[in-house]
Amino acid sequence: MQYLLMIYQNEAEYGKMDAEAGKKMTEEYGAFTQSIIQSGNFKAADRLQPTHTATTVRVRDGKILTTDGPFAETREQLGGYYLIEAKDLNAALSIAARIPSARTGSIEVRPIWVYN
Amino acid sequence: MTPIEIERIFRDEAGRALATLIRLVGDFDLAEEVLQEAFAVACERWADGPAPGNPRAWLVQVGRNKAIDRVRRQIAFRGKQTELHHQMLLDSAAADSATDTGALDDDMLRLIFTCCHPSFAIDVQVALTLRTVCGLGSAEVARAFLVSEEAMAQRLLRAKQKIRLAGIPYEMPEREDLEPRLTGVLAVVYLVFTEGYVATSGEELMRTDLAQEAIRLGRLLDALMPDHGEIKGLLALMLLHDARRASRETAGGDIVLLENQDRLRWDCDQIAEGLALVETALRLPGRPQPYAVQAAIAALHARAPDFAATDWPQIAGLYEVLLRISPSPVIELNHAAAVSMVDGPARALALVDALQARGGLKGYELLPAVRADLLRRLGLKEAAREAYLAAQSATRLEPLRRLYARRLKELER
Repeated sequence: MQYLLMIYQNEAEYGKMDAEAGKKMTEEYGAFTQSIIQSGNFKAADRLQPTHTATTVRVRDGKILTTDGPFAETREQLGGYYLIEAKDLNAALSIAARIPSARTGSIEVRPIWVYN
Repeated sequence: MTPIEIERIFRDEAGRALATLIRLVGDFDLAEEVLQEAFAVACERWADGPAPGNPRAWLVQVGRNKAIDRVRRQIAFRGKQTELHHQMLLDSAAADSATDTGALDDDMLRLIFTCCHPSFAIDVQVALTLRTVCGLGSAEVARAFLVSEEAMAQRLLRAKQKIRLAGIPYEMPEREDLEPRLTGVLAVVYLVFTEGYVATSGEELMRTDLAQEAIRLGRLLDALMPDHGEIKGLLALMLLHDARRASRETAGGDIVLLENQDRLRWDCDQIAEGLALVETALRLPGRPQPYAVQAAIAALHARAPDFAATDWPQIAGLYEVLLRISPSPVIELNHAAAVSMVDGPARALALVDALQARGGLKGYELLPAVRADLLRRLGLKEAAREAYLAAQSATRLEPLRRLYARRLKELER
């Protein structure tokens, strides 16, 4: 099965990290990504620019409405994702728990909708 | 056989038969539906003669055939899509394990661990367990949660969808996950029991059916995993508490407190069984487990010939052990109550007040009740009155409310 692991963390807190901690975090992410590529679980992953760069689009009565910022203000923000292949939810959860940001933020694990 | 006898057999076997059918057909809903159909067939066939020697294997066999029929009809209707599923069913029919006891036990554990998967909210775990493992109807489960049958059916439907869509595996946890997962399962069982022992709200103090289901689950787990002291401890705890059932309320449904209970009405057989289990649980290697220690406390109550002769110092000591190994505000409150019997209510009141000041037990309705009792025993009538009033407004259980009202009346004298 495929799962999307959505990485939520407090952007403001994350931004306050000093250079050394930031470097360490990057290394940890690198090692984690390598490990799931090697185990065959990796499908895709990206880090997102912060929410102040977001624009939200809605179409109402045929008109395009755009608003500045994310669609909802929350304490933790979506900062990136991994798309993985895993045997079942237990396997997906244990991979999610190894994402470095799981220690400070939250990882939402959602199965991918399969059309048949 | 009479319909009642058939119903009873079905009730006893449904959980295990369902557990195996889920493995064989690979789908919760389909398994439930075909088991219901198998039950309908049983009602017809068994009415005229004796039940088959192994009713569970019979139910599984008939249910599986119903599932195969259905999938065949779907193939005819929809074409090749379901062929894979069909093949799976046929394979399982070939590799017949429906009568192998070991495989059946494993199926039951799979079902329990799946229903108590930590990706479900705890109340969903309880609802799923009552519905599928215990075989309660949606209406009965709804009653246990005091929600409408429709709302409960919806909640169960969503949970079963989550099993399928999120890929919650139908399996026992791996060795390294077993202990934390078992702790979760036992928490579900204990929650079912405590709701049966003292209901959260309503007219009735106890819901005997829920307490009985919890004990049944405890026995089942103990039989399936006999080397786990925690299971024995929990089962002992439940048996010892439940043994006092008959003495815990008057015919009119009023609460009878431990100090006033007629100990001759306690269930001796159940107490003996509980005591033996506590001893086994405490003798197993490893550090003492919380349920076993709580059961040891219940055992001291069960052994005491009367309230005054209870070994309070040892009970207080065991609560101190619990405070070390699994601290919680509820344990602190119980510890304070035991301390009041050893060192007097003044010292206990200091403990309870300290707990309240920390705000550790916010919303826990028994705190004002324990305080009120201590204040009453200290002769501080006005403060006791206030605390009983607070206790009265905190509870949603009518028998407790009546108990506090009685105390308030006594204070006026």
